[in-house]
Amino acid sequence: MKKLLKGNEAIAEAAIRGGCRFFAGYPITPQNEIPEYLSWRLREVGGEFVQAESEVAAINMVYGAGGAGARAMTSSSSPGISLKQEGISYIACAEIPCVIVNMVRSGPGLGGIQPAQGDYFQATKGGGHGDYHLLVYGPATVQECVDILYNAFDVSEKYRTPVMILGDGMLGQIMEAVELPEMKDLTKLPAKPWATDGTGVGEKRRIINSLYIEPDDMEVVIKRLYARYDEIKRNECKAETYKTEDAEIILTAYGTVGRIAKSAVNILRSKGIKAGLLRPITLYPFPDYEYAKLADKAEVKEFVDIELCMGQMIEDVKLALNGKKPVRFFGRLGGNVMSAEDIVDFVLGEVK
Amino acid sequence: MEEKIIIAGFGGQGVLSLGQFIAYSAMYENLSCTWLPSYGPEMRGGTANCSVVVSDETVASPIIATPDTLIAMNKPSLAKFVNKVKSGGTIIVNSSLIDEKVTRTDVKVSYIDAQALALEAGNAKTANIVVLGAYIAMSKILPFETVYNTIDKLFEKKPKVIPVNKKAFEIGFNSVK
Repeated sequence: MKKLLKGNEAIAEAAIRGGCRFFAGYPITPQNEIPEYLSWRLREVGGEFVQAESEVAAINMVYGAGGAGARAMTSSSSPGISLKQEGISYIACAEIPCVIVNMVRSGPGLGGIQPAQGDYFQATKGGGHGDYHLLVYGPATVQECVDILYNAFDVSEKYRTPVMILGDGMLGQIMEAVELPEMKDLTKLPAKPWATDGTGVGEKRRIINSLYIEPDDMEVVIKRLYARYDEIKRNECKAETYKTEDAEIILTAYGTVGRIAKSAVNILRSKGIKAGLLRPITLYPFPDYEYAKLADKAEVKEFVDIELCMGQMIEDVKLALNGKKPVRFFGRLGGNVMSAEDIVDFVLGEVK
Repeated sequence: MEEKIIIAGFGGQGVLSLGQFIAYSAMYENLSCTWLPSYGPEMRGGTANCSVVVSDETVASPIIATPDTLIAMNKPSLAKFVNKVKSGGTIIVNSSLIDEKVTRTDVKVSYIDAQALALEAGNAKTANIVVLGAYIAMSKILPFETVYNTIDKLFEKKPKVIPVNKKAFEIGFNSVK
């Protein structure tokens, strides 16, 4: 049976059903429903919830819990995620699985609490110091939040790479009907021979560490991380294409803007303009092959990249297109959100 | 079918829950629906609004530029959204708090004295449910019974208030000729 849930609540419940048993976080708008929900729900399933004294403490608790083998998660919003970056870099280097939710607000600085996409660079290019990436998803609907969170721990553990969900307040606050999957059977998960969970007595000592003083040791680790990113790219890259078969103009946007652009495609089509949508679902690794495919089609005249920032994803779009097709950019800033009609006006050249 | 509704008023008037009643009812009718509230530093007495989109196809954008229907529960809300309603659309005006008339002639306007009708039902707090009834009667996007039954479901934990809300819904529904 379907349930009507807010995006934030759906993220929390899907995380539980996907096996989340530890959460540490610190309050910040617009993601507070996630910790609020987990504060009572985790106890029901035998998990632990901690409201930490700070974001820095929260991410390091996730580091510890994840290292001990728990399915651990934290959530925050832009300034809070910035505070967590040191810990995220350590976690990535120590190859500890975990899930990090960023319900992005406008910025820089403390910014505002309305929807924005200015954290794209931070999320997809590493975010903290050093040579690493996260596996980053940008869901557009509440159901997609559920589907991604439900499998996020599996994916994170498979590749021993932290997973980040990039949403915004609109996605967190919107209510939609969703189908919730069954609880995952946590007794049937693959073993974690690296986890410091008290097992493996008499075997080689398990050490969780992100300090590699010897250059040769550090080099091996970085190469291992990047080999995994290649594997993730082969196996986990996802994008939605909508009415691209005969399209001449390709709109491209992610997250909530992706669904607004989808409505814009429908309006443009009703005006006789052959528009289509390419919406990346994984933001890192970036589904560049989908862009390359469309770029090679003769009928495709141009791409229009739409974001709630000054243009960050557009750099990945341009790399993927490799100069084969022109790209125009349309963005709103500061927490303002464009309507489908605004996008249509821009595409038709009616916006200065 | 796609119906885009903006519901706006003071915080505390139940505009967000009015939208949720529509959203839940749409779900029970197996329709696609999005409910998007304004969020921010809002409080009782401040302004609040929500955008609800109901469709028989999957809803893409939850952002409404030109609503098919505006439900204005107070004056500032009417002023803010009146010119955004699409030509041929509907405006429901809570005449208990709004003494002015809509000057547009290209929209259908219904004036509902929600406060008086809510008192008739037995509780002034049910003014939003009165308006819900009026909206369902005017728009016909959802069957009367579905929304009526949604009242049972959403007030499951407060069964005492179910009868007065059902009465308010009926009164609102029947207030529309």
